[in-house]
Amino acid sequence: MLWRIARHLLAIVGLVLVGGLISATLIRLAPGFDTDERQLNPNLNAESVRVLHDARNSEHNVVKFYISYLRGALHGDLGISHALEQPIQSLLRDRWRVTARVAGFGLLLGWLLAVSLAFSVSLARSSGCELVGTAISGAFLCIPAAVLALLSVILNSPGYLAISLIVFPKVYRYSRNLLAKAYAMPHITAARARGLGELRILLWHALPVVAPQLLTLAGITVSIAVGASIPVESLCGLPGIGQLAWQAALARDLPLLVNVTILVTLVTLLANSGADVIVHMTRSRQA
Amino acid sequence: MSRRMFSRLLLCLSLLTGITAAQDGTVLRFCLRAEPKTFDPLKVDDDSSLTIRYLTGGVLVRANRQTQALEPELAESWKISKDARQITFKLRHGVRFSDDSPFSAEDVAYTVTRLMDPELHSSTGDAFRSGNGTVTTKILAPDQIAVAFSAPVVGLDRLFDQVAILSAHSAKKEATVLGPFMVAEYKPGANILLKRNPNYWKRDAQGRPLPYLDSIRLDIQPNRDVEVLRFRRGELDLINSIDTEYYDRLAASQPAVVHDAGASLDSEFLWFNQVANAPIPAYKRSWFRSASFRRAVSGAINRDDLSRVVFNGHAQPAFGPVSPANKFWFNSRLHSELYKPEAALQRLQGDGFRLQDGTLRDKDGNAVEFSIVTNAGNKYRERMAVLIQEDLSKIGIKMNVVTLDFPSLIERIAQKFNYEAAILGFQNVDLDPNGQMNIWLSSAENHAWNPQQQTPATAWEGEIDRLMREQASATDAKKRKAAFDRVQEIVVEQAPFIYLINKDALSAISPSVAGASPVILHPQTYWNAERLTIHSTTQASR
Amino acid sequence: MRSARTLACVILLVVCVLSLAANWIAPAGYAKQFREAPGAPPSTQHWLGTDEIGRDRFARVLYGTRISLLLAPAAALVSTLLAAALGGLAGYVGGIWLRLATGFTDLFLSLPWLFLLITIRALLPLNASPFVSVLITFLILGLLGWAASARVLATGAHTLRSSDFVLQARASGVRGFRLFAVHVLPNLKPILYAQFWISIPVFILSEANLGILGLGVAEPLPSWGGLLRELEGMISFRDEPWRLVPLILLIVVMTSFQTLLSNETEEVAA
Repeated sequence: MLWRIARHLLAIVGLVLVGGLISATLIRLAPGFDTDERQLNPNLNAESVRVLHDARNSEHNVVKFYISYLRGALHGDLGISHALEQPIQSLLRDRWRVTARVAGFGLLLGWLLAVSLAFSVSLARSSGCELVGTAISGAFLCIPAAVLALLSVILNSPGYLAISLIVFPKVYRYSRNLLAKAYAMPHITAARARGLGELRILLWHALPVVAPQLLTLAGITVSIAVGASIPVESLCGLPGIGQLAWQAALARDLPLLVNVTILVTLVTLLANSGADVIVHMTRSRQA
Repeated sequence: MSRRMFSRLLLCLSLLTGITAAQDGTVLRFCLRAEPKTFDPLKVDDDSSLTIRYLTGGVLVRANRQTQALEPELAESWKISKDARQITFKLRHGVRFSDDSPFSAEDVAYTVTRLMDPELHSSTGDAFRSGNGTVTTKILAPDQIAVAFSAPVVGLDRLFDQVAILSAHSAKKEATVLGPFMVAEYKPGANILLKRNPNYWKRDAQGRPLPYLDSIRLDIQPNRDVEVLRFRRGELDLINSIDTEYYDRLAASQPAVVHDAGASLDSEFLWFNQVANAPIPAYKRSWFRSASFRRAVSGAINRDDLSRVVFNGHAQPAFGPVSPANKFWFNSRLHSELYKPEAALQRLQGDGFRLQDGTLRDKDGNAVEFSIVTNAGNKYRERMAVLIQEDLSKIGIKMNVVTLDFPSLIERIAQKFNYEAAILGFQNVDLDPNGQMNIWLSSAENHAWNPQQQTPATAWEGEIDRLMREQASATDAKKRKAAFDRVQEIVVEQAPFIYLINKDALSAISPSVAGASPVILHPQTYWNAERLTIHSTTQASR
Repeated sequence: MRSARTLACVILLVVCVLSLAANWIAPAGYAKQFREAPGAPPSTQHWLGTDEIGRDRFARVLYGTRISLLLAPAAALVSTLLAAALGGLAGYVGGIWLRLATGFTDLFLSLPWLFLLITIRALLPLNASPFVSVLITFLILGLLGWAASARVLATGAHTLRSSDFVLQARASGVRGFRLFAVHVLPNLKPILYAQFWISIPVFILSEANLGILGLGVAEPLPSWGGLLRELEGMISFRDEPWRLVPLILLIVVMTSFQTLLSNETEEVAA
């Protein structure tokens, strides 16, 4: 068991390092890497514009940049953001709580909504309910994230509502389909023939079948929620990592972006590996 | 019973909060559209930092945003030498910084020296730099200082409107200010709280100390929808340069809150890529370099429709480089380009183009098709592009609209020159044409259609170079005006920039704000922030 | 149940016919600018009103349907197949391959693909025809959208590996790819369906968001994504409820599609 966790951790560290390098390369290769909006300011003279250009010379070679970044990171120095001209450490420290709260609550609420709807539809066993479930989840899939965020501003509701509404339809679709499939399995038909109650069938016979995949889905939705926090935080004016990432992307702020992607990769990997470990544990216990 | 008790409790609570709101004093609340990049007034380059500098910085002279005239502030009077190289200020007495330290000529000397430090590279500093060489300051008396430049600087006194004086001695540097407000709290990504500067020197006609407001809360909110929403809800007191769409919606429900101050200095324009070694086909470059092609495109654009459809009438068809709102520098002999597609087509036929089955072809038979790039996310620019697309299709030109994110756009138009045409806008803060040297000189970086030329590529660009240098060296306002009038005429004749519209300065101000009179110059609504008041009763009841 | 299916069938048929007959129903076309009536409310002339620059919204919905409803499902299919191939196979084979695949997927989920898209736009010519640009956009969406469901599929396939019927099939001599295709893949269908149905609206919206980067449907061509993005500018929906029509239409079409297909699968299963 311990060995398994250690192996996961080792893999995570490796993947995070690779992920950081790939994202740095992607950002470096994207057009507009060494531009600055201020270049278009007619009040700046040629000399000042040249200085703006040269500001990013140290980042032209991605590998060199990445190595020096890692060296700094080992000493606890994450670099300085171009866009905000502040140390990245303090930026992340100030903001991670907001995102953790918004994405966390959003995730929780989204899952609660999705699972309760999926369970009710499964218990009701009527095509009318099925249709309603399909329509509701379909509606939230079709509404742009920005509109959901705006809605949450209009309703004066906290930002996590928007995230939960983005997560909800996806979780609902997966879990509903998985449950429907499980219900079609022979042992459930047999259980029903024996006259077991619907709730008991759901909790004792259907749920265990779909549990591993739902757990994996839970890991995946963490990255969905983190992704959704970008538009939601920017629109709702929440000073979190998502908002920061958006500002950084617009300004091609390489040091900040590399840090943010590494952080996101780390969270994604931890969530997914965590789900994997739990799945494995339950499986070995069953065996 | 319990319900009644509950409502009574609620009433008590609301009364309590009402009282505390009154005790907190009057707060003016509005939004910044982006995080300020700096709090150092000398390094200011972006709108948000500009706002903070305007509200917190004390300046020697101030251009009155309403009258466009210069007024004494920290300097009681000033004098510019005949050769326009030196300016002498006589400073106001008894002024104190927000940290209680006295203000003197030493602070001015310190500020100017830091501003002109070649390592600083700020647009405020660059504006003063007309030639090489250093700047010297000479303290003549504790209240008198002379600043001497190595080359003449035209409009020298007006430039000091942008220079917020720093304290030479305070340890808290930027936090120590001479303006009406000071930064009290900054929550990155969320908001900035400005508090009243208790030591602000200015008093009103009755001798009461200014500013009237106790504080200003600036929320950082990039989204315009949210901004309008919060304004409607009473959470904000004003919106600067509000979008047309929202303006009209607010006007429909609350006509008293919206203000259209008329055409602003900002202009929107399109231009063709004329760069010699740009990676575009040679035949296209030859179209773009032909003045009659550019004039024809200009004449085929229905500017009245741009103003009416895209801006719902809250924009004026543009005449040329200078907005009519810039009263002194606008060349009133210019006429707006009239919408004449037939004349445009004739002009093109004179240049060897011909219309064949609805497609315009050049003399070698190439169909006239080009792409136009603009920055993504600006709805109005995108809509203007689509309208122009249809206008040009009427004379057989196919135009493809491509929106790009800003860094990609900058790379294309300013570094790789890999584009055919572009639409952008120019936010003009400066009334004086001297601030546009870097646009008009053919050797300049921002000479967008063909930047950084070794020698002028065309005779008319050479002529513009000569006229711009002439206006920059002349001290006589009339001579400068004559030179710049001619520049405007050449620009209209040659159409390197095809001017489209001048946007109106639109704003919304809540009825609880008293004393506001929006103007066209930045910062439209709060230019007289120190004299604004809030009816706290209305604010509390909302 | 049957009535719901019939209704869904009728709705889809009507939408199909309408969008194919757009040339006759909306002869003015999607690009014609009625400049005297920008942002007009519905009238006999413009059934759904006009957009900000006076183009008939009904015509735009009809023409937009053609592009979006053809290409979004195609892209969704691509991403679903990719997910099945990568996730399903890796989960089924297990061992080091599973670990490699999950690692790759996790990495894929957290990379900033935005910059790849920006780079792709830079590589395309500015004068690329609108159709090519749309095609490429949907292809990219299809190629980038598989990771999440591949992860769930891998777990599903891995669980199936040790299930009774797969062991039985194995015992009766079914091996290799045949075992995967005949016994494992059909059991992963619920996830594949979910992936497919979620992808369609998500891709329709993403196409509109990519418009910001100069990818996707170029002006003046309409797309459903673009029509849905109009909603972003609305402060209150009460003022102009007809602007919600494209959204409602999309929801109705999606629900009908799904009702039609899910019933069929259930019947097949039964």
